[in-house]
Amino acid sequence: MSEIRYSKDHEYVRVDGDVATIGISDYAQSQLGDVVYVELPEIGKAVAQGKEAAVVESVKAASEVYAPVSGEVVEVNGALEGAPASVNEDPEGQGWFLKVRMSNPAELEGLMSADAYADFLKTVS
Amino acid sequence: MRYLPLTPEDRAEMLARVGASAVDDLFADIPADKRLTDLPDLPLRKSEMAVERTLARLAARNVPAGSVPFFVGAGAYRHHVPATVDHLIQRSEFLTSYTPYQPEIAQGTLQYLFEFQTQVAELTGMEVANASMYDGSTAAAEAVLMAHRLTRRDTAVLAGNLHPHYAETIATVCAHAGQPIRALSPNPGGEDDLAAAIEASASCIVVQTPDVFGNLVDLRPIAEKAHAVGALLIAVVTEAVALGLVEPPGAQGADIVVGEGQSIGNALNFGGPYVGLFATRQKFVRQMPGRLAGETVDAEGRRGFVLTLSTREQHIRREKATSNICTNSGLCALAFTIHLSLLGEAGLTRLARINHAAACDFADRLAALDGVSVLNACFFNEFTIRVPGDAAALVERLAQKGVLGGVPYSRLAPAAGFDDLILVAATETTTPEDRAAYAAALKELLP
Amino acid sequence: MNREGRGATAPGAISNSAPATFTGNRALDLEEGLLFEIGRTEVTGVDLDEPDAFALRLGGLERTAPLGLPGLSEPEAMRHYVRLSRMNYGIDSGLFPLGSCTMKHNPRLNERMARLSGFADLHPLQPVSTVQGALGLIDELCRWLLELTGMAAVAFTPKAGAHGELCGMMAIKAALAARGDARSVVLVPESAHGTNPATAALLGYEVRSIPARADGTVDPESVKAALSPEVAALMLTNPNTCGLFERNVVEIAAAVHEAGAYFYADGANFNAILGKVRIGDLGVDAMHINLHKTFSTPHGGGGPGAGPVVLSPALAPFAPLPAVVADADGLRLVETTDAPETAQALGRMCAFHGQMGMFVRALSWMLSHGADGMRQASEDAVLSANYIRASLMDLMSAPFATRPAMHEALFDDAWLEGTGLTTLDVAKALIDEGYHPMTVYFPLVVHGAMLIEPTESESKASLDLFIAALRDLALAAKAGDMARFQGAPYYAPRRRLDETRAARAPVLRWTAPAPVPRAAE
Repeated sequence: MSEIRYSKDHEYVRVDGDVATIGISDYAQSQLGDVVYVELPEIGKAVAQGKEAAVVESVKAASEVYAPVSGEVVEVNGALEGAPASVNEDPEGQGWFLKVRMSNPAELEGLMSADAYADFLKTVS
Repeated sequence: MRYLPLTPEDRAEMLARVGASAVDDLFADIPADKRLTDLPDLPLRKSEMAVERTLARLAARNVPAGSVPFFVGAGAYRHHVPATVDHLIQRSEFLTSYTPYQPEIAQGTLQYLFEFQTQVAELTGMEVANASMYDGSTAAAEAVLMAHRLTRRDTAVLAGNLHPHYAETIATVCAHAGQPIRALSPNPGGEDDLAAAIEASASCIVVQTPDVFGNLVDLRPIAEKAHAVGALLIAVVTEAVALGLVEPPGAQGADIVVGEGQSIGNALNFGGPYVGLFATRQKFVRQMPGRLAGETVDAEGRRGFVLTLSTREQHIRREKATSNICTNSGLCALAFTIHLSLLGEAGLTRLARINHAAACDFADRLAALDGVSVLNACFFNEFTIRVPGDAAALVERLAQKGVLGGVPYSRLAPAAGFDDLILVAATETTTPEDRAAYAAALKELLP
Repeated sequence: MNREGRGATAPGAISNSAPATFTGNRALDLEEGLLFEIGRTEVTGVDLDEPDAFALRLGGLERTAPLGLPGLSEPEAMRHYVRLSRMNYGIDSGLFPLGSCTMKHNPRLNERMARLSGFADLHPLQPVSTVQGALGLIDELCRWLLELTGMAAVAFTPKAGAHGELCGMMAIKAALAARGDARSVVLVPESAHGTNPATAALLGYEVRSIPARADGTVDPESVKAALSPEVAALMLTNPNTCGLFERNVVEIAAAVHEAGAYFYADGANFNAILGKVRIGDLGVDAMHINLHKTFSTPHGGGGPGAGPVVLSPALAPFAPLPAVVADADGLRLVETTDAPETAQALGRMCAFHGQMGMFVRALSWMLSHGADGMRQASEDAVLSANYIRASLMDLMSAPFATRPAMHEALFDDAWLEGTGLTTLDVAKALIDEGYHPMTVYFPLVVHGAMLIEPTESESKASLDLFIAALRDLALAAKAGDMARFQGAPYYAPRRRLDETRAARAPVLRWTAPAPVPRAAE
């Protein structure tokens, strides 16, 4: 199992070599409610840590998804277009958003481990 | 006061519950030195009869279209609206309802909006339509902004024969948003070089058909060129009845079709309220402005309708919304959809043929006058005549003779240098006698 | 005479359980199919004579394929739309306490006046000599609006509130441009309507949010801290969306002007202050007025509205085209920037001259009320809102209740804590009680907001019954009667609708069902 880390904005990154798979955490999907649409970036776009990388929409809300790490978008999860529900059902698996080739892997160190994120969630609710 | 149910006793009891000694206590947060002590300097309340008298006096100082031979068009058209339409839109439950934010008790509105969207899509030859915009001109401006979002370019090309008011409405928004416009010069006989005018950096070209002079425009070569350079074709229709007879813009390759829906179901109203039509392709729907009704089911599995894709809109997306539009033209859309469902395809087609026949007859009568020429090779129910001398003065003299004889083009675009052109429209409401009266009056006024 | 009378049904002979019906109708609750299911393309409800044969002059652009538009005969159309109308709730049906929307009584006199042929049957481009009464009506409406607001000019063409905001903000942008001062930021309190930031963004401004202070109003110090030479304008709703009057508005306006910026006021809540204060006296530079709220033009299921904008002397020269100008011959319409009156006009907001049909209705409402009636209307609207708040505060939590409410009573969902119920559940349960719900989840600055605006149109008996119904619901919620809420509405034409399904796979139009394949012949 590759390493997974979380941001305070409830995005996760799963790292495989220099490619990071980005999505939203299970907590984030539960807060959003039924996801109805995901707006994904174009392949080749540069994303910067903490800046908007995608948008996730529920019936009554649209939320920005911020890139937890900087880099170039190398793949997006086109399957979400027809099946946005997978963000709710399997956020950290089938429900991933995009893959980024990291330009600064050191940024990972500022993110939380799964245990640290679990502790962090206790402080937000 | 007949509209205010509270009695002085009620007010006293209510103040007591609130714990205020006087109603002015409730306005205590208004800075004391700014609070008005005297009433505004305006008349006091009036009975229904007195109001009616006052307003009827103002109304009597106008010349209603129906009282004279009437040929004014240029973006608003006088058509006969069945009595049923006005009765139905005054049903309390339609007239006094709000935007259908609570769908369980607004299925009437939601279903007619769903039907309206379908009718507009079918009429324009497009895949989807929204639940209405303010009017045709503002819909056109929104279409340009949408094209900018879709193409990530910011320069719109406006056909020279686009209604000057539409061009100005688009230009105003774009100017304040810092987006350049390239407006082509008008050509009353028809623009035949539009495809060539689309530069490679353009986001869109906006083309009206029939154009402001009444010419029908073949959109196909324009669409082809636009698409070749990655731009969108925005088609503008200001006379929706024309779509009963001419090829829909969607079938000619338009990417967005906007229109003025006034001429179906709605009165002239001196310019408003009207109803903007807005249709596009399914793949562009998330960049579309305005409300959308969509089909779904309720908890018992019964079909029902809701407002949907609301995340495009200002009340959710705020500064990232596709538009700032909120209130639209719901009741005018209802009038449109009722009139169109009364007409049906058979009725609309016949109505369009009657309009075209009236205009053809009218063109023949005017062309027969010495000194008058009809500029259009093809048209629907409106065309342009060239007259000797100043068209605006001539239209004014016609009005003095009791004929409302069209729109001098110089009124729409004073600087364009076409001071001898009149746009004239003949709908089904004109009779052969009206058309003869126009020709006779014009003949008398010609040198 | 007929002696064959039938006896009345004996008590106890009637079954209490309601069986399903064959049609799906429930007596007066009538189901209605879609136009496309009941109409046919060859049917028409309008008798028109086919014209004599003639040669088309369409330049070869005649339609080549059917459109697919169904038609209905007149009786069918009447029934279709009457049935649809009966699935709607309107002001005429009952109390409609939708906060921020001012759902007041719509007098039918106004409808009759707007339909006078001298107004309704006028073309916007008729010779000006033939529409002097129409221009006179616009001029008179503007005079009333100016007197009520203490402002300098009216931009009358905007078609609704958001369009008015756009107009007012364009006037500000034009005024800044005229003095060569490009500014890039607009300040918007977080309690604002969504149209405010959307409008500012449309004009290319960066939107910066101003937080609300603990009492629900804007702190002038927060505004001062955010002001800079980059700031073009502050957009502030007053009375604000929490139903409070921004009591520091004069100080805020002064600070905004001091910084060289303009003060835009959102006039959505004008109904609270008619005849009580003039916004021109508060330092406002531009404010749109929703004629479809304050001045009672019908909402019509979402429009049309009208959003004329009143402008301060500083912004008046930038009002959009056209202008109505009086001269010796009467009233003129100035439609270009060639005239001195319009040399600095910001441009054209729309084709033609705005929402005349709404102007007639609004002026009719104003004339009916007069100066005295309008002030009474505002006082009654404010009193009714305070009465509702005072009558419910012991059971429902009302934030910011230390200040007088204006014409809206705001509650949050703190009182629902521990019940497992939400604001939405309360709203849906109110539907079963025969009311349109209040505005829910707006403003965003309080959690689970419920914004109640009774307007001046309710009798005390009507207010008392509404209060009693809400009290009963509040007690039921606290008593754990979940079923009454979570399944609600039970008695509406539809139960709760699946909005997720509608958004995930949007069906935005009717499409013909695929033909059923014939059995092999």
